[in-house]
Amino acid sequence: MDVYRHIALSIAIWLPIVFGVAILLGGRRYPGLVRPLAAVGALATFLVTVPLWGLFHNDSFAMQFQESVPWIPAFHINYALGIDGISLPLVLLTSLIGVIVVMAAGPAVKDRVPEYFAAFLIMEGLMIGVFSSLDAMLFYVFWEAMLIPMFLIIGIWGGPNRVYATIKFFLYTFLGSVLMLVALLYLYFRAGETFNIISFYHLPLGETPQILIFLAFLIAFAVKIPMWPVHTWLPDAHVEAPTGGSVVLAAIMLKMGAYGFVRFSLPIVPLASHVLAGLMITLSLIAVVYIGLVALMQDDMKKLIAYSSIAHMGFVTLGIFLFNRIAMEGALVQMISHGFVSAALFLCVGVLYDRLHSRAIHDYGGVANRMPIFAAFMMLFAMANSGLPGTSGFVGEFLVILGAFKVNFWYAVLVATSLISGAAYTLWMYKRVIFGPVTKPSVAGLSDVTGRELSFLAVLGVAVLALGLWPAPLLHVMTASVHHLLWRPGVRLAGVTP
Amino acid sequence: MTSALALYTAIPLVCLAGSLIAGFFGRILGTVWTHRIVILGIAIAFALSAVYALPRTMAGHDLDATVYLWGRAGGLPLTVGFLIDPLTALMMVVVTFVSLMVHIYTIGYMRGDPGYQRFFSYIALFTFAMLMLVMANNFLQLFFGWEGVGLVSYLLIGFWYTRESAIFASLKAFLVNRLGDFGFILGIAAIYTVFHSLDYATVFAHVDAARHARLAIIGGTSWHMLTVICILLFIGAMGKSAQMPLHVWLPDSMEGPTPISALIHAATMVTAGIFMVARMSPLFEQSPVARSVVLVVGASTAFFMALLGMVQTDIKRVIAYSTLSQLGYMTVALGASAYAAAIFHLVTHAFFKALLFLAAGSVIIALHHEQDLRKMGGLRRYMPITFAATWVGSLALAGIPPFAGFFSKDAIIDAVSYSTLPGAEYAFAAVLAGVFVTAFYTFRMLFLAFYGEPRMDAHTRHNLHESPWVVTLPLVLLAIPSVLAGMVLIRPLLFGHFFRGALYVRAADNPLTRMASHYHGVLAFIGTAFVSAPLYLALAGIATAWYLYIYRPELPARITHHLHGFYTVLRAGYGFDAVYLDGIAASARAAGRFLWRVGDVQLIDGAIVNGTARLVGRIAAWGRRLQSGYIYHYAFAIILGLFVLMTFFLHRG
Repeated sequence: MDVYRHIALSIAIWLPIVFGVAILLGGRRYPGLVRPLAAVGALATFLVTVPLWGLFHNDSFAMQFQESVPWIPAFHINYALGIDGISLPLVLLTSLIGVIVVMAAGPAVKDRVPEYFAAFLIMEGLMIGVFSSLDAMLFYVFWEAMLIPMFLIIGIWGGPNRVYATIKFFLYTFLGSVLMLVALLYLYFRAGETFNIISFYHLPLGETPQILIFLAFLIAFAVKIPMWPVHTWLPDAHVEAPTGGSVVLAAIMLKMGAYGFVRFSLPIVPLASHVLAGLMITLSLIAVVYIGLVALMQDDMKKLIAYSSIAHMGFVTLGIFLFNRIAMEGALVQMISHGFVSAALFLCVGVLYDRLHSRAIHDYGGVANRMPIFAAFMMLFAMANSGLPGTSGFVGEFLVILGAFKVNFWYAVLVATSLISGAAYTLWMYKRVIFGPVTKPSVAGLSDVTGRELSFLAVLGVAVLALGLWPAPLLHVMTASVHHLLWRPGVRLAGVTP
Repeated sequence: MTSALALYTAIPLVCLAGSLIAGFFGRILGTVWTHRIVILGIAIAFALSAVYALPRTMAGHDLDATVYLWGRAGGLPLTVGFLIDPLTALMMVVVTFVSLMVHIYTIGYMRGDPGYQRFFSYIALFTFAMLMLVMANNFLQLFFGWEGVGLVSYLLIGFWYTRESAIFASLKAFLVNRLGDFGFILGIAAIYTVFHSLDYATVFAHVDAARHARLAIIGGTSWHMLTVICILLFIGAMGKSAQMPLHVWLPDSMEGPTPISALIHAATMVTAGIFMVARMSPLFEQSPVARSVVLVVGASTAFFMALLGMVQTDIKRVIAYSTLSQLGYMTVALGASAYAAAIFHLVTHAFFKALLFLAAGSVIIALHHEQDLRKMGGLRRYMPITFAATWVGSLALAGIPPFAGFFSKDAIIDAVSYSTLPGAEYAFAAVLAGVFVTAFYTFRMLFLAFYGEPRMDAHTRHNLHESPWVVTLPLVLLAIPSVLAGMVLIRPLLFGHFFRGALYVRAADNPLTRMASHYHGVLAFIGTAFVSAPLYLALAGIATAWYLYIYRPELPARITHHLHGFYTVLRAGYGFDAVYLDGIAASARAAGRFLWRVGDVQLIDGAIVNGTARLVGRIAAWGRRLQSGYIYHYAFAIILGLFVLMTFFLHRG
């Protein structure tokens, strides 16, 4: 076990990448091996990450499973990894979604099959790298590198308008991260030529540099989440992305922005975080209210879920910047829950799309008559998206609302409107797609889910219910880290006593 | 886990188990085994409630215990746990009894429906959620049960999912309930903010300390926190218990199969709001403002919804508006601090309203799913048991002694007369006038359906017959408490010590203690009724219905003609639906479209994103002599920007 502690994260990062490269190199020659190999790679990665949960010391806020070797000694850049209670759930989410996307790539994936699986596996490793880097330069490399497979996934296996979507995605995210690099370089020099993220936490920075650094980070992270008003790339990217791409984008990539706030902004520039909290809260509330209304009017199912994601991520950013534990924990639970729920909803759309090649709500109607099992699963996920108690979607929203009321009555009122708007756009879509009589010949020809589809929907269904009925283990993992984040000695972020 | 807690935990779990078995294995088990297993589970739940929970709590053994720790967030322990006191035990008995009756009835009503097993799965799940709601010892679990019953209600209203009207009604019900839950969850958040706990016991123990807490809402105004909490919680109750103006979903919920109209939309789920406010009596007692709101909302619902019952032509909608009105009576009782009277009426109403709905369902099956009163008539000859059951239910609903509804309704009217809150006079007038209207619409329905000439087509008439025993047995079993429950329960529930500490009333304004001083037994209570207004109002209502629908059946059409404007307003339900659909829903859609087309597409994408791209394009075109190729221009801009910013940062230090 001791050995595991010192190599687990590296294995989780590099195992899928090695599998991905192997598939890339040998896939053409042995096409029959591509899918089994991808499945083994994803599953092995997931299995490698599972013991992290069991071996994690819940009562400690310290970075665990640390590894560190010099990488570019001339600039004191280290290959340093480690996770705390905030990153552990995200690592596990990533490795689980990694398995799901491989399962989800059914017969609909026909072109460049080896490249497709390679892109996903490599991306998985890079994303785990983002969540476990303790060196800012390593983080930055993973952060940027992970975009490349995503561009390729949208650009090669995407829909008809994929070029516009890819360029928009690229410009938004790339422009955003350039300013983050500037901020990281500044911190590097201020910290005495080190990229050690933890050492950044102890820098005594003045108010002005804090605010400038905060803004530089903000642009990078806000685009990724995405926060209003830099969100317009997301619906386009989702619409054009293949199902697997949408799943990874919604389930994992959106979380990186929020993770960035928690890993960088709050601990490194606490003063600026406080000063600008009002701005962040305002943007979050706009996301919840404004986007909730916009989602109502979408006819494209993927666009609707994309907008719904933006609104749900509004809960996350709100929870982070309320500076109380219950809201922060709510935000982190919401991140994991949204990973399950949005992935599941995009997969549901994928199941329908594979059959009828349409994402338009008006092309469906009465699907329940032909696909009752599918309808039952989609009901579960629609309810989770509406925040029904007993599903994971409720937990985070509930905790954030509790935390919001504590800070300001009106924050709570505005954010709680999602109870109505979330149910309205999700269930209205559900009604139009699933319920009603079968009026279209294409719908009449539908067949219910296959065993493969059933298996990935069931995995996510169990996850959604388990987290909804018993979130205690997840909450327990993050408690110490959240507490430390808000009440670090010398830096009191939280406005209220614990 | 103690054995008591284990037994209590088993009560909802057997219902859940039945639901899961029916849901997952229904197809394999077939219809007969599915209903056998589900009904066995409900019967066990009823038996445990009636012979274990109720006697145990009546003997003074309450239980307040945690089943498991759901999670600990921000240091706040959130649990799933049970509080079993007399109030809960009584609710458990009512819920499981009516549920059991409805389950048996369903065998007959849903026979041959392709969704038979699914239906059983849903109603068993409903019973589970409702039990979790009433058994909760904290607000989190209360909300779980609360939304759980809402979910099942949604699923069951839209049970026949190919019918456009049904799926519209189910979505409407869910969204209007969410409007209420929006208030409810804010109320829970307010409780957390003030009390730092969501456990009933902790919250109630610290009410005194919170009396002076205030909340700034707009500018300089501030409200008593407890008033804010009570009003927010009551908004939740208004959604679930369909109080004006959040009542609009309940009449439409009649799209669901009749057994669930009886169980969910009459006897149990819609009374969750009443139960919740009664459970929160220690909070509501601290806020006369909130109770005044409760009183006025309840009185308005009681009277104005009763009026709508007079003009309905669908038999189920008559009973639905009646349910709205009766829920209004219960709400009035809550506002008047007569919590026990509200629960008393809740219990008697559960019996006689379930009875009326199931009797209506029996008529509906006999007529091959015809619900229009204008196509009924003369059914008393063909369906004697259903006919007798409807008589019992109608007398109970109209408040004729010695039927159950008489006692509970009279108690409410009495209690309101003692209230001194603002709005109490209005409430008293409303509930009194409501008695006449209630008796009128109830007997209008009875006369139209069972008396006069048969108005159905000849084929249907020839095949008319009484429903099978699975349908009539529940009618008989519900008719018994519809007659007796009032007499038996009035003393312990209102004037005895049944509830002990479960309902809290401040001694100074307890209407029931004043009423107790006049109470000299059931017979004397009935005797008093003969010298007071409500009974005569009820009899007048029945007489009017008899005159208009049996003695002079041509009159109603002429009255309708003369009072055309009034009739149109009533038929349109005062225009609430129009406001919701054309006002609120339409503006939400318009706002969504505007924010999308103008905000996202034109402003953000059009002006800023693509505008920036165009600007970059123009600069690039200008700088084409320096560089060539698009991507390099971006790279150039990026590196330049990087350099400038770095310089800036490094010099600023």
